[in-house]
Amino acid sequence: MKSRILGVASIVGIAVALYFALVYAPTEQTMGTLQRVFYFHLPQAILSYLAAFLVGFGSLMYLATRDLKWDRFAYCNAELGVLFTTTTLVTGMIWGRLAWNVWWAGDARTNLELILGLLYVGYLMLRAYLPEREKRARLSTVFGFLAVLDVPINYGAIYWWETQHPKPVLGPRGGGADPDIKLAIYVSLLAFAFVYAWLLTKRLQVAQLEDEVGSLESTMEAS
Amino acid sequence: MRPVAAIVAKDIAIEYKNKEAFTSMLLFGLLVVVVFSFAFEGSDRKLLAPGMLWVAYSFAGILGLNRSLNMEIDNDCLQGLLLSPLSRGDLYLGKVAGNLVFTLIAELVILPFFVILNNLAFNRALLWIAGITLLGTLGFVAIGTTLSLISAQTRMKEVLLPVLQIPMTFPVILSAVQATSLVMSEDAKGISFPLSVLGIFSTVYITASYFVFEYIVEE
Repeated sequence: MKSRILGVASIVGIAVALYFALVYAPTEQTMGTLQRVFYFHLPQAILSYLAAFLVGFGSLMYLATRDLKWDRFAYCNAELGVLFTTTTLVTGMIWGRLAWNVWWAGDARTNLELILGLLYVGYLMLRAYLPEREKRARLSTVFGFLAVLDVPINYGAIYWWETQHPKPVLGPRGGGADPDIKLAIYVSLLAFAFVYAWLLTKRLQVAQLEDEVGSLESTMEAS
Repeated sequence: MRPVAAIVAKDIAIEYKNKEAFTSMLLFGLLVVVVFSFAFEGSDRKLLAPGMLWVAYSFAGILGLNRSLNMEIDNDCLQGLLLSPLSRGDLYLGKVAGNLVFTLIAELVILPFFVILNNLAFNRALLWIAGITLLGTLGFVAIGTTLSLISAQTRMKEVLLPVLQIPMTFPVILSAVQATSLVMSEDAKGISFPLSVLGIFSTVYITASYFVFEYIVEE
């Protein structure tokens, strides 16, 4: 039931967000229509970081409670992390090719996003090669926890690089953006947050079934 | 401190006898430097050198880490270590110290070859580079010791370590390369920033690994 509500909210939200991004928001003066890719790029980037925090949270909770529920929570978020870092990088590259005439500017934030994606992939690969359920949860949880600590250090390490990435438009330091543009960003962020929550609930259900099948199989082998 | 010292002494005694980790790290690191210096023939070496050096260091370092932890797993030596009266955290610190010693020695032997093959000068900057090497390697083995023990327990064994280690040590490699190139360009003004990133990385990961190590070796 919960996932059905979220599913409807996602579809309606994306439709509304498309209207806001493509019709409602005014065309930006310097970059023109190209700037509209930004309404998809920014929310996805924010959610790709949210995924990192949720992986870290799930990992800590697993270490504290040893409940497989939290392990599932952590790795379902890591999978969504791969999805959202990929879409962030793809939309970013489309922008970069047209605005700066390069696919990959080697910009600080771009590199950070890529490293984040690689950490998610490493986490999922580690899980794939640990057949034993309890061991998989325990070792990947430790890796997930250590990897999340890496995110702020990474951010600090590349922050001082001169960045040609556009300055932040949201938040206290991000002034200067048209209120209509800001509104379109918020609408899009909300829509993608619904998509994220929907995919997460669906994936968690599947993961729970996978675990149930796994434990049934091991009891059958034992008998 | 005594249990930590005992583990380091044990590792040094083993390494002194078979010299496996040290020779493989040293030769592999030298080969990376040689291949790079052939591949970048004719380009500006001063620009490329810092990156080259740290790629060689991290590849060689991964090789050494794999050797050091597989050795414990292969003959079930880890069981013995876990049964001995020392805390999991001390075991971690001992392995880090041992890995740090071997990796550093190999790296400091690679360094002069790197200078010669790239036609750089033997001057005071080298002392700085040695210092950056120490700090960078500390961060590298601090996380690497934990990750190699994780990857050694998977089906893929050592093949998995680079997949986990390289993205995780990105801030170390980045900051070490930045610091090295600042030193080589004789304009060490902004060097405190990358050095403090290296320091923070080592502190965070030694502390975090010290506490989570018991979850990795749990049976």
